[in-house]
Amino acid sequence: MRLALRLGLAAAAFGLLAVVPQFSIDTHGVFSSELNSPGTLQVLALMLVFGAVALTYDLLFGFTGLLSFGHALYFAVGVYLTAIATTRWDWALWQALLFTAAVALLVPLLLGAVSLRVGGIAFAMVTLAFAEAGSKLVNQNPRGWTGGEEGTAVGNLPDALVGVLNTKHLYWIALGYLIFVFVAVNWVVDSSPGRVWQAIRENEQRVEVLGLQPFRFKLMVFVISSFLATAGGVVYALLIGSAGPRVTTPAFTLALLLMVVIGGTGTRWGAILGGALYTFLDYRLVEWSDKAFIRESPDLIRQPLSEPLFVLGTLFILLVFFLPGGLAGLTLPGGRRRGLRLLEQSVRTEPTTGTVEDEADPGVEART
Amino acid sequence: MSTFVLLTITGLGLGAMYFLIASGLSLIYGLMGVLNFAHGAFLTVGAYSSWWLSTQLGGVGSDVLRFLLSAAFGLLVGAVVAALVELVLIRPLYQRHIEQVLVTVGLSLAMVAWVQATWGPTERVYEAPSWLARTTEVFGARVPNDRFVEIGVAAVVLVGIVAFLRYTRYGLIIRAGVENRAMVTALGIDVRRAFTLVFAIGGLAAALAGVLSGVYFGGSIDPDRGTSLLIFAFIVVVIGGLGSIMGSAVAAVLVGLVQQYANYYGSEYLDFSVLGDLSVVLMLAITLLVRPSGLAGKWSVAH
Repeated sequence: MRLALRLGLAAAAFGLLAVVPQFSIDTHGVFSSELNSPGTLQVLALMLVFGAVALTYDLLFGFTGLLSFGHALYFAVGVYLTAIATTRWDWALWQALLFTAAVALLVPLLLGAVSLRVGGIAFAMVTLAFAEAGSKLVNQNPRGWTGGEEGTAVGNLPDALVGVLNTKHLYWIALGYLIFVFVAVNWVVDSSPGRVWQAIRENEQRVEVLGLQPFRFKLMVFVISSFLATAGGVVYALLIGSAGPRVTTPAFTLALLLMVVIGGTGTRWGAILGGALYTFLDYRLVEWSDKAFIRESPDLIRQPLSEPLFVLGTLFILLVFFLPGGLAGLTLPGGRRRGLRLLEQSVRTEPTTGTVEDEADPGVEART
Repeated sequence: MSTFVLLTITGLGLGAMYFLIASGLSLIYGLMGVLNFAHGAFLTVGAYSSWWLSTQLGGVGSDVLRFLLSAAFGLLVGAVVAALVELVLIRPLYQRHIEQVLVTVGLSLAMVAWVQATWGPTERVYEAPSWLARTTEVFGARVPNDRFVEIGVAAVVLVGIVAFLRYTRYGLIIRAGVENRAMVTALGIDVRRAFTLVFAIGGLAAALAGVLSGVYFGGSIDPDRGTSLLIFAFIVVVIGGLGSIMGSAVAAVLVGLVQQYANYYGSEYLDFSVLGDLSVVLMLAITLLVRPSGLAGKWSVAH
């Protein structure tokens, strides 16, 4: 019964989102123009894409307890391969997509196998280092493929995806991607490997004692989550029509982390909502900060408020303190504190050194 | 030969800055289990404070005096900001490590955005004594003088931290806390005071790295300086072994040298100027495969 209700709610929500491009509703300044204008549709589509990408990150962080700082890399693989294959190599779109899909499985398999050798905080730093290497590579502009700072355009698009009037098609693709990720994540989380992931988050040693190999399960979730993120990168590239270095930066991974925590760590709707809300604020805060009452306030207040990251970062710190369960925590009984609390165990037990440590003390193994 | 000497000394200068950042990160992690993402922001804030004072001082005294005054001010701000962050934001989340990491992540974004909003996103000219920009000849290589200052400062900081940890009461408490915090607390010592101290030392060292980076990178500072150096400092900390000062020092020298050599020879012979950055990441991967607990996993000097 509960399942039927959940499915019904999900279907209703997605159905509602699907018909958005058909209605011309005044948004009263929430967006810059009517609901179905190309500009608004593009922002909405980006919200859907980042909602879904946040969910793929939550699969790693919230459901398995793996704190990765390199998720941007896999998203960027999708963005850049789509652009490079369709312009520099002049491939057809379907060829580019097939190739990207293959790379999207191989790269996380390889890098995941190395970085999952360590756990906890060391894993976070290693994934960060790999993502940074990717970012430097893109900025270096090897053979003129990535276009360095300027980025590179996406080419060879079918007519139905080109031009301002066709933004609604892109919007529907973004919605399709969100539904795909939502269904996939629901499916894998409730499958038997999914249960092992959540068990790893709770207590990795115990999973090991039960005779399962945590490494394999972690690698599996790493590859699935990264693959889905790469797919998101492809949709983003189609939507924006180009690839730029912003999506390769560590700041982008941090943004994903913020999205998940804002929405609610370890929840499905929460992560999607967080991603959508973050994207919305990121795009709209700049315009709002130009409103009269802020423009006339002293520099000390006006300047920081015009930086979306200052507002989002501060908001995020407040949320961690006062609502660690994120937005989703508001609706769950006792969920106000649940989200992040679940994860404490997974970081505390530092599998880095391969020995069981005193759980209250992460620094036991460290040497001065 | 002269190129090689220049690269070596420049690499050591870079390693010196990595060590200044990594030492604080490593101490904080070793004692408190906190991965401090805001460390790069301490660096940026320290560097900008120092730059701000140097613009206010105008023509007071000689350029060396102005530089020393503004550098001291930057260090002070770095230490105070770091101590405040520990007291106000980290302490209430004691023992909740994920939440502590998240707070430092939010802080790193917000602080850098604040600097960017106040002083603009583009780089600022950082005035340093003219002597630092001149060169000295070493084995036929013309080496900019600032490199020697960076190496010297890092060496002094290394000796200072090791001596502090070995010969003072607080150092003893910190070393004992890294070893077994529960036991130290059980003996009736308030380890939390050591937390604030470690954060202040870390913030001071980071601000020092910020000031020196202003000189090292051709007399300029920009809001993203901290974040970009922080990533390599993280790599240094992992290669060196989390919580180990000597490990960080050795790893910082290795990383700085490899990065300089590979970047130069990569762009010279292969037309590939990020070879150094990629080699450093490769070094990290190899370290993890061969020795997941880092270089200092086995031997450590400060004990």
